[in-house]
Amino acid sequence: MAIEGDLVQMGAYVGAGLACTGMGGAAVGVGHVVGNYLSGALRNPAAAAGQTATMFIGIAFAEALGIFSFLVALLLMFAV
Amino acid sequence: MATEDGGSGLNIHPMDQFLVKPLFGNDGTVSMFTVTNVTLWLAIAVVCVVALMVLGTRGRAIVPSRSQSIAEVIYGFVHKMVEDIAGKEGLKYFPYIFTLFIFILVANVIGLLPKSFTTTSHIAVTATMAIAVFLVVTVLGFVKNGASFLSLFWISSAPLVLRPILALIEVISYFVRPVSHSIRLAGNMMAGHAVIKVFAGFAVVYWIAPASIVAITAIYALETLVVCIQAYVFTILTCVYLNDALHPHH
Repeated sequence: MAIEGDLVQMGAYVGAGLACTGMGGAAVGVGHVVGNYLSGALRNPAAAAGQTATMFIGIAFAEALGIFSFLVALLLMFAV
Repeated sequence: MATEDGGSGLNIHPMDQFLVKPLFGNDGTVSMFTVTNVTLWLAIAVVCVVALMVLGTRGRAIVPSRSQSIAEVIYGFVHKMVEDIAGKEGLKYFPYIFTLFIFILVANVIGLLPKSFTTTSHIAVTATMAIAVFLVVTVLGFVKNGASFLSLFWISSAPLVLRPILALIEVISYFVRPVSHSIRLAGNMMAGHAVIKVFAGFAVVYWIAPASIVAITAIYALETLVVCIQAYVFTILTCVYLNDALHPHH
């Protein structure tokens, strides 16, 4: 069976799809941050309000790594 | 990017809403100074910010009106955020951070209106703000601390063997800041709006249409939350970077 079309472009698209699986890791990380924040907040609700900013910073840093895999996917789709 | 499925009658173009088009003229070419729909919606966002902050607080009533209390709540919220994260010294840069926050918030919320254009879904728009923040913070760090700003990369609490490796990692993570800072906002806006559009595309099939409408409503509610959180995250990271520039010693 012959393959029609550009094989390199197919590889780039498959690679872009595979790169996006890295975003699942970021999802796990963000869930971990928020879950731990919530379990801590339920143990000591008085201290919870002061730590929401820290939680969001943690979310942002965890999410940044997912953004890098998204960036690789975008580069494969549009730049390579 | 369009996913066309001729067999089932589905014709979904989730990315078409992000096309940059010139407002005047039909040739469709966009050059440096072309007035496009991005220009229009950026201008609308600025006008809305000015209307809220200037006209809303014009009365300066002791018992605030509705628009005045919205402006006061946002002002107080950002003021507290800057003070908590960047400290008292950071309050000098409060106007810049507040401008960023209110502009991103209003641009995001306006983008949620039907038939409108989400300017913050374009990396060109968010990268401009992120690179500006990066340059401001870097220059500020060197002006305030001189060469000792570089101690941000040299973690003195770590074992001596690990310090060069950590310094390398810190330098890399410092320079990818504008990348993650801009793509986080643009990616979140783009993905959310594209998902709404995909579900809107399903609505043409009559037996999925009710589920599709429920899904659009739910995702719209989620997006309303996301646009506020992303404006908050962009601002809070700006405060964190500012804090690094003002107090580089860990």
